[in-house]
Amino acid sequence: MALTLQSACSLSPQVALRPEPFGALAYHYGNRRLVFLKHPDMVTVVKSLSDHPTIAATFDACGIADERRPSFLAALENLTKSEIIHVG
Amino acid sequence: MSAETLVSQLKRGLDAPICLTWELTYACNLQCVHCLSSSGQRDPRELSPAQAKAVIDELRDLQVFYINIGGGEPMIRRDFFDIIGHSIDNSIGVKFSTNGAYIDTDSARRLAAMDYLDIQISLDGTDAATNDAVRGVGSFDTAIAAMENLRRANFGEFKISVVVTRHNVDQLDDFKSLADSYGAQLRITRLRPAGRGADTWHELHPTSDQQIEIYRWLLAHGEKVLTGDSFFHLNALGEPLPGLNLCGAGRVVCLIDPLGDVYACPFVLHDEFRAGSVLEPGGFTKVWRESTLFTSLREPESAGACASCGSYDACQGGCMAAKFFTGLPLDGPDPECVSGHGEELLSARTSSDVASAPKPTSNHSRPVSLTRKPARA
Ligand code: SF4
Ligand code: SF4
Repeated sequence: MALTLQSACSLSPQVALRPEPFGALAYHYGNRRLVFLKHPDMVTVVKSLSDHPTIAATFDACGIADERRPSFLAALENLTKSEIIHVG
Repeated sequence: MSAETLVSQLKRGLDAPICLTWELTYACNLQCVHCLSSSGQRDPRELSPAQAKAVIDELRDLQVFYINIGGGEPMIRRDFFDIIGHSIDNSIGVKFSTNGAYIDTDSARRLAAMDYLDIQISLDGTDAATNDAVRGVGSFDTAIAAMENLRRANFGEFKISVVVTRHNVDQLDDFKSLADSYGAQLRITRLRPAGRGADTWHELHPTSDQQIEIYRWLLAHGEKVLTGDSFFHLNALGEPLPGLNLCGAGRVVCLIDPLGDVYACPFVLHDEFRAGSVLEPGGFTKVWRESTLFTSLREPESAGACASCGSYDACQGGCMAAKFFTGLPLDGPDPECVSGHGEELLSARTSSDVASAPKPTSNHSRPVSLTRKPARA
């Protein structure tokens, strides 16, 4: 299922985030995957997902400009594949 | 951010390592001829249980997600279960490498009850003759018994870890079937001339034809097989292989040895690559973030003699440890350069060059060396 701006998402409870100069490293203790969050804004978004009903609302709250939203949405889609974030 | 910039970011180093190996002890029941840490005898100066726990506490504060535990044979340490338990309790996943000698029915059950734990059983042949020629008589049966015990205890997916040599390249398919038959994952790594491997590398490392075989095999099976940073020098052959495509020494990789000394990578146990000690003021964190050695390893490296090679982006000049212990310049081709430039340099060496190649600094080999049958001709 493709992610849309209206999807609700949250960070998996099995994931730890570690700040790094480029953004953060995300590690999933269950599937042992290590994922790079390659921008500090992406880190802010991922951390705030569960505070908002939709991805669009998260983007609003984090001040993600419209032109950046498609690439951020694609990045989030990838994070669902590695189970770093969940839909719902 | 594109992939290239991520690689350059990694080269500048991280706030904490991604791939940290901690060798708990130099003691080992075996004396493998290619042992990267020349293990055998326990070093009386090895970290005490309290010091070991303090290391874990520091790694927890640094948010190191997981550690690779090795040795020697790590299960020889009396506080082995305390160490891995303390680590896991502090959200540091553990993957440990073992020859399997201490995985009996009881310890297999105990291991199976733990979360965030991976086990890697070392095996260098799919038959006793091939394996035991390198790892010692009886070591094949020991490893298989450990795997059986893990299976009976329902441990789940463990890993079988193979150092690829001239004598087992033709067993790659068999290793894969063996792993599959245990529901295990196969990991294959490169033989580096480190530790006792510095003495045996010349006769054990794969031939250039075999390197091509390894490359092709990994192209076909690589997605399901773990390799770490073992084979990126083969990327010069064409399409890149899955795995880490850079030398992460001191950048994303490092080693803590049994005494608490911190080295740039597990394969460079030599004073020149010792960055400091976890026991010094500031501990591991200061060594990782501020040591002169690690800072210099994070500077852009020069391609040296590789600069004129069209494959440098793909192969990065190969492995620093392999160059260092074969006496080759660090800014030049890997001894196993697929274009043959390493071979040329090696064969141009005089006997005094060979004699003056750096020797691993620490040697914990047991004094009596066992006589081993040579592997198949
Ligand atoms: S020196 Fe070799 S083994 Fe060590 S991190 Fe670099 S490439 Fe890997
Ligand atoms: S010359 Fe250097 S960059 Fe080129 S293939 Fe050999 S090791 Fe790699």
